[in-house]
Amino acid sequence: MKNTVTNPPVEKLLTGISSLDVIAKGGLPKNRTTLISGTAGSGKTVFAVQFLAAGIERGEPGVFVTFEESATDVRENMRSFGWDLGAWEKEGKLTFVDASPDPDIDTVEAGGFDLGALIARVQNAVKKVKATRVSVDSLGAVFSQFSDQAMVRGELFRIAVALKAMGVTAVLTAERTDDHGPIARFGVEEFIADNVMILRNALEDETRRRTIEILKFRGCDHQKGEYPFTIVPQGGVIVIPLSAMSLNMRSSNVRISSGNKELDQMCGGGLFRDSVTLVSGATGTGKTLTVSQFLQGGAADGEKCLLLAFEESRDQLVRNATGWGFDFEKMERDGLLRVVCDYPDVSGLEDWLVTIQAIISDFGPQRVALDSLSALENVGTIKAFREFVIGLTSFIKHKEITGMFTSTTGSLMGGDSITESHISTLTDSIILLRYVEMFGEMKRGLTVLKMRGSAHDKAIREFIIGKGGMQMGRAFRNVTGILTGAPMHVSPGDVERVWSQYDKDVGDRRRPVAEQRPQS
Amino acid sequence: MAHTPSTEVEGLLSKYILTLYVTGTSPRTKIAIDNLNRICGQELDGRYELEIVDVLENPQRAEDEKILATPTLIKELPPPLRRVIGDLSDKEKVLLGLEVRPAPSTSPSTARPEAS
Repeated sequence: MKNTVTNPPVEKLLTGISSLDVIAKGGLPKNRTTLISGTAGSGKTVFAVQFLAAGIERGEPGVFVTFEESATDVRENMRSFGWDLGAWEKEGKLTFVDASPDPDIDTVEAGGFDLGALIARVQNAVKKVKATRVSVDSLGAVFSQFSDQAMVRGELFRIAVALKAMGVTAVLTAERTDDHGPIARFGVEEFIADNVMILRNALEDETRRRTIEILKFRGCDHQKGEYPFTIVPQGGVIVIPLSAMSLNMRSSNVRISSGNKELDQMCGGGLFRDSVTLVSGATGTGKTLTVSQFLQGGAADGEKCLLLAFEESRDQLVRNATGWGFDFEKMERDGLLRVVCDYPDVSGLEDWLVTIQAIISDFGPQRVALDSLSALENVGTIKAFREFVIGLTSFIKHKEITGMFTSTTGSLMGGDSITESHISTLTDSIILLRYVEMFGEMKRGLTVLKMRGSAHDKAIREFIIGKGGMQMGRAFRNVTGILTGAPMHVSPGDVERVWSQYDKDVGDRRRPVAEQRPQS
Repeated sequence: MAHTPSTEVEGLLSKYILTLYVTGTSPRTKIAIDNLNRICGQELDGRYELEIVDVLENPQRAEDEKILATPTLIKELPPPLRRVIGDLSDKEKVLLGLEVRPAPSTSPSTARPEAS
């Protein structure tokens, strides 16, 4: 036991790959080999190249050993990620060991052999560029080049040993046939490397979901479980570290205006600076209006606002806003508003998260509105959706941005949506917009259901929509059952009786507590 | 009968240019070199040039030729380019790989003597 305490911890190498270092708790174990195993199309080669690219950007040269694609193909394919391998080669920061099969050369095996030449070439390449990182892509392709599998096995072990002896940190890729089957095809790959990471590209409900899992880190700590990731042009692998988004964001007591004075009052003086508000309601209850007010209020205070619209086009939004008396086009001209409209289906939820994060980082808004979350709900699985909301929420909170998301309820009257049940705990405030049917007329009601860290108005208030936006009216005092979707008119006498009963109960309960208080 | 110009040319063309890539002075290296010398002596009758490259001393040569395995024998001439990997202990395969053709026997003077 004493030994384990006194042994120095395994040193780690910061990979520079977005968020991978977080789940790997500081990077890949230094001077060790890490196996990256995944099915076809799971992003192994991208990962292997990115490992080197991130190193080169940090001033650490690398060697890419390719057994599968030719060096020319790798250079070509990686250009779309913004990695100019050819330029790095010219600058002496990267070199290839091209061990891809050449279809033009006929090879005959006549007697025993080993891969001594390959090892010599890797050693030569590492020495040439003074590499600290080596990527080998992929081990499985070595097996297909030679008939003697036992020899290949032995030689792969020798290569792993040689890599360690050279003092480089290496990433070896391997294929697997099934996202949840054996670690790798030939059953030996995982024993060659010290560490194992798995890339998955599973098909769930007709959508692809990429995840990365650290399976084994010999002697080192790491985050457990699968983490979603995405592969984007001009960036490569981006891991979305959900557990790393721990609840460590600062909490602000600064209140900002929702863009509507009466709504601010209902919220106890406005929304908190780094809070996320969910606005829920059926179609036409005024969700987009609430969002427009929120943006207008921000721009009026000179804050930059971002609107992510998944349901309406920019022109529709501008027209609607004009109807309420908000000049979105002027806000845009003043550089205070950016409207991003797109169909939710154009990319997966992980990609949306990364895209939105990039837009936010680029524009630097103080307010972000998303209309509506429900439109994104169907793009991926429920799990992916929840991860998206967690990711976005924590991202904007870290940046101390005020967020407002809308969610559409399925039924016109009352009811809740899947969106709400999955994300309501993630948001700080919830504003419900509901239709209230009274004496053959549809009225609109609004209530602040939840306001984390603040007192708020508990009443359900009537509001009308007109020029200037939302005009708050009186509370629905003589109606019950609005939220269940079955409003019932109650005579004022009954209301009075119930309330007096309630007040009496509270009074009765309060008295004994006061009596129990020790006399001082 | 004297050599005709045509057989001179044929003789040049059928000269084998061979390169053997090995790793250091391992036992396998020695076996491969011995095997190759024996096969060439028996089958090529001096019509060959052999270069031995140690990849530990000259890894760039291995890189340029994209060699993975050692020993690797490359036949550059006559075409086509051929590779044989292994310690060359399987003579049949070596001959198959190198596409060794019998020496030109159109002219009696260049015909190989019968084995006796």
